[in-house]
Amino acid sequence: MSDHADPATGHHAVDIDKHVRVYITVFVALMVLTVITVAISYLDLSVPMAVTIAMFVAVVKGSLVAGYFMHLVSEKKLIYAVMLLTVAFFIVLMALPVITHNIGYWINE
Amino acid sequence: MEIPYTFQERRDTGLTNGKIGIWLFLASEVMLFGALFASYILIRVGATSWPRGDTILDVPLATFNTIVLISSSVTMVMAWASLMRNRFGTFRLYMGATVLLGGVFLVVKYFEYSHHLHLGEYPKTNNFLAVYYTLTGLHMLHVIGGMVVNAYFWGPGAKLWKTNPVWFTNRVEHSGLFWHFVDLVWIFLFPTLYLL
Repeated sequence: MSDHADPATGHHAVDIDKHVRVYITVFVALMVLTVITVAISYLDLSVPMAVTIAMFVAVVKGSLVAGYFMHLVSEKKLIYAVMLLTVAFFIVLMALPVITHNIGYWINE
Repeated sequence: MEIPYTFQERRDTGLTNGKIGIWLFLASEVMLFGALFASYILIRVGATSWPRGDTILDVPLATFNTIVLISSSVTMVMAWASLMRNRFGTFRLYMGATVLLGGVFLVVKYFEYSHHLHLGEYPKTNNFLAVYYTLTGLHMLHVIGGMVVNAYFWGPGAKLWKTNPVWFTNRVEHSGLFWHFVDLVWIFLFPTLYLL
């Protein structure tokens, strides 16, 4: 395998080969985690426990896709800034229904 | 006048216009799906009873579709890697496979929807089905959108490879980022709708 930069794209073949090996590993991990997700649903767990485990596995799978397929593990600072802001607002958005539920909704019964 | 930073990176950010553009678009998409997820949580925690997804929906079929979509994410990233290795023929194979797998996902979804509609299970039937059709319907529209863009790069859009391979590779990377996002959304939709 050549380690010279590609004349068209300027990228090194060896670097890309490393990337490809990582993609295959992530693919296998995602498949295993999908099987785990389905297997857990067959266990007789309480709803809060089932939700916690299912979301944990989903977050791990999502992180693998975002980190390696979307190359977030090696992105530029500006992209991280955009994503950080997005994640912050996303957390607020997810917290809203939980907070309103805990305080008995916005309608006085 | 030529538009700057279409394929060469800006010195200050190290990014092209397309790269920052697609990430800003994806940020807006996170909020779009986030709003629907938040609505789903609100409806579900406020309901006196809520059915488990697997009592209504077909889990083996959805598991199959999860495998299909994850596989399509791999073929997508391999399509981009093929261009980085200067192998256009391999790119065509992987990109074609990505579009094809997207098609398989849609066909499975068609059978899933037809089955429910045949049983008289419409969005208006109950809140669970309303949430199911809204979230999976919006996701399906994203799959179709991604397929159209990927098919364009597989076909007529690939002409750019001959004149500006770096720009074409960047474009494929950006369409790939959208496709991976579609996969990412499904990774969360699958357990929340089908398994819990």
